[in-house]
Amino acid sequence: MYKYVLRRILVMIPVLIGVTIVISSLIYLTPGNPARIALGQGADPESVRALEQQMGLDQPPHVRYVDWLASAVQGDFGESLQTGTSTTALMLQRLPATLELVVASMVIMLVIALPLGVISAVRQHTWADHSSMLFALFWLSMPSFWLGLVLLMLFSVRWGMFPISGRGGAIVSLTALSYLVLPAIANGARRAGLLTRMTRSAMLEILNENYIRTARGKGIGEKAVIYTHATKNAMIPVVTLIGLQVPQLFSASVIVEIVFAWPGMGTLLVDAVFQRDYPVVQGLVFMYAVIVMIANLVVDVTYSYFDPRISYD
Amino acid sequence: MSSPLLEIDDLHVHFHTEDGTVEAIDGVSLTIDHDEVVGVIGESGCGKSVTALSVMGLLQSPPAEIVGGSIRFDGTELLELTTSELDSIRGNDISMIYQDPMTSLNPVLKIGFQLTEPLFAHREITQEEAAERAVAILKECQIPDPERIMDSYPHELSGGMRQRVVIAMALITEPKLLIADEPTTALDVTVQARILDVLRDLREREGMSMLFITHDLPVVSELADRIAVMYAGNVVETCEMERLFDRALHPYTRLLTESIPELEETQDVLPSIAGTVPNLIDPPSGCRFAARCPQYIGEECSRRDPELRRVAGVDRQQVACHLYTEVGSESPPWEYGAAEPTEGP
Amino acid sequence: MTDQLAGEVARDTEQTPEETPAAHRRGEKVLRRIISNPLAVFGLLFIVLLLAMVALAPYVAPHDPAEQNYLAIEEPPSVEHPFGTDSLGRDVLSRTLHGAQYALFLGVTIVGIQMGIGVPLGLIAGYYGGATEAVIMRIVDIALAIPGVVLALAIAGMLGGGLYPLIVAIGLVGWRDFARLVRGDVKSVMEEEYIDAAQASGAPDRYIISRYVLPNASASIIVYATLTLPTVVLWAAGLSFLGVGAQPPTPEWGALVADGRDRIDTAWWISTFPGFAIMLTVIAFNVVGDALRDALDPKQAR
Repeated sequence: MYKYVLRRILVMIPVLIGVTIVISSLIYLTPGNPARIALGQGADPESVRALEQQMGLDQPPHVRYVDWLASAVQGDFGESLQTGTSTTALMLQRLPATLELVVASMVIMLVIALPLGVISAVRQHTWADHSSMLFALFWLSMPSFWLGLVLLMLFSVRWGMFPISGRGGAIVSLTALSYLVLPAIANGARRAGLLTRMTRSAMLEILNENYIRTARGKGIGEKAVIYTHATKNAMIPVVTLIGLQVPQLFSASVIVEIVFAWPGMGTLLVDAVFQRDYPVVQGLVFMYAVIVMIANLVVDVTYSYFDPRISYD
Repeated sequence: MSSPLLEIDDLHVHFHTEDGTVEAIDGVSLTIDHDEVVGVIGESGCGKSVTALSVMGLLQSPPAEIVGGSIRFDGTELLELTTSELDSIRGNDISMIYQDPMTSLNPVLKIGFQLTEPLFAHREITQEEAAERAVAILKECQIPDPERIMDSYPHELSGGMRQRVVIAMALITEPKLLIADEPTTALDVTVQARILDVLRDLREREGMSMLFITHDLPVVSELADRIAVMYAGNVVETCEMERLFDRALHPYTRLLTESIPELEETQDVLPSIAGTVPNLIDPPSGCRFAARCPQYIGEECSRRDPELRRVAGVDRQQVACHLYTEVGSESPPWEYGAAEPTEGP
Repeated sequence: MTDQLAGEVARDTEQTPEETPAAHRRGEKVLRRIISNPLAVFGLLFIVLLLAMVALAPYVAPHDPAEQNYLAIEEPPSVEHPFGTDSLGRDVLSRTLHGAQYALFLGVTIVGIQMGIGVPLGLIAGYYGGATEAVIMRIVDIALAIPGVVLALAIAGMLGGGLYPLIVAIGLVGWRDFARLVRGDVKSVMEEEYIDAAQASGAPDRYIISRYVLPNASASIIVYATLTLPTVVLWAAGLSFLGVGAQPPTPEWGALVADGRDRIDTAWWISTFPGFAIMLTVIAFNVVGDALRDALDPKQAR
């Protein structure tokens, strides 16, 4: 098993390097002089030059890249242009909030999508199936930022059930939970809609398999057929499907964080982009990529746990 | 005579597809007695599997629909049972084995688990007793090293082994009737022989009835007591296995038996039956074989569908052909004996 | 499994009635399947409506979308302003109607770019296989490793924000699924024998790809394009909402929602109606895309 994980990590490295190249190239997209744009039009030439040096923009791109990579590997992502504090420190400070939001939205997604998808498949063509699919369609078509605003409008402003913005500290308390509910729903709803449909498809395919017919023919009862035989097999493709949702959950969290003023990596990123805080932007993009890749690895390992045909060596 | 174990009477099954309703089974009647092996042969699409699945209640209800007829097992009308009532019979008194061993077993569950499932579903039994029984039945099915197999997953076994496991799984509850749906079709010849050995052996020892479906005539001839020939959703002839090659009465049966290549002689052209199977969405009125029948009599064949009727004076032979009704009353246009007039069913 | 049986039974017993050209019959079938789906019909109608809005907005909208009216700031929906007015007194309905143009424009151009990058790469990867395929798929992996919004945000932001940077950013981020999809299709086509025959007869690669490979993949490409469009619309709206996409006073729907963001407690209509427009558009394209997919290949478990 460890060899499997190790091999997967080795495969990830070239991809990670590719990612870093992409990140490093981002700054060159800026029309004009990045340093001047960062400091504003009225900046004096010396400050601009100083910033250029600090950013490594006076070097050829590959040298700049290697410098950045060398520091990054040691965990040093430079300093924020805005505050001067260590980028790494900033990012790590924001990380727990984002993780909390993503995990919570994933829980909501799973709790809604898996049962609904399975039931729709089992009761195909009935009203339960049709209404679940309409329900899923409804939720997956909503822009998450708009959903967030609507939720805020109804539940926070009008009915005062939940706080309007911000985060209530680490998740251990009920208060903290109340801050988390609306953002998690806003982030997870669209994914829940999509996953419901995909789970249903996967389950339908499995229900059409020959071994399900064999199981039925043994007279073990429909419940056993669905839960012991079908669902267990369905977990295999479903784990892959869940894995596909993970990067999207992180993606959407950026926007949701803004709507709810959630103090995570997303709000930091948007701010940094507008302020042209290049070190922070680069560091954050890298961090998002690493998190997603780790999440994918976890999904892969879980997948092979469910499927006995995959061997670990 | 004691009542038959299985009695299918005038079964009609339709499939609703986008292109129309397929009249897949058009009045099939078949009986199986206790301790009797009945083979069912016919081309693909003739409805043999559908018949078998109807008995087990395994047809998926859209798109399939059983529109008429009855299936009586040991006196009980199966078509009137609820799913859970049916569950207490299938896997217990009636078991089925299937065509494709590679996909008939659940890939994520161990063999031992799948094998003992019917026992736990239908009997009061302890874990140890079930395990013992499972190992015993695996041995009877000529599976070596049964304890290791119990702990394995299906993908670790070969096709032949998997099929034997499927057979073991069907037999573990000592059913009265085993339905075998083309059990050897997906296997190569040597493995085929093995499987047939197992089935023959079990048949002799347990005295169980079998419904053996295949398109391969030589295969079933070793096992069956009686044979039913199906064409395009009808049973066109039934007779005792030994009589099939010499005494077949239906033109289609005759063509089938003639089309088996001889091992001893070389043949330049393998005999085949001209024409194609009719479209079951809009089936022809009258006999469904009429268009291809070399003994086509005339308008009557195209107009009226011949019923399956017993042949007078011959034990346990039935044929559905106008040659032997008032219309024809000729001898079969091939060598042996005069035709006996037919009676009612 | 019984579906399979039904299909086998139907197929085995089917005879071609007359010599109707196969493609004609198939097209008819596809159309029939789509029309029989009530949801799809609604979707199609809405899309027609949307196209109408795009063409007719300037004539149908009751007010000039850019016209500011300081006497009518943040007014709730009324006969004069059915969707209310925003913080600068502009009519929300008119702005929403004009927003349809941007939604469709962005959708079509971005999907076009994604296809323009993804389809050729997928074709090349699938056709040539081997090292070429490995390299291309690695690049796809790299593109996939960074969450979409994050990368698009960074790209659009670096480019300075605005409509065209938005198009470039989402186009660059979203081509990867097309590449994978097309590659998969191409690989299954490559298994067919007529490809070997064509190659053996010396036909140039480009010819084979355009004549044989591409048409076979085209069905799923069309379906996928239809299904990607709503996602693109959502992304464009989201990034515009953040401020890196369409810039004020462009009445793009996402930007319109952002207009009302600080006012949801007092003037909920500013954000709500444009958001509805987004949602309905997304539903319509999703539903039509689904119907198209089912119609072209009903064996997909639905």
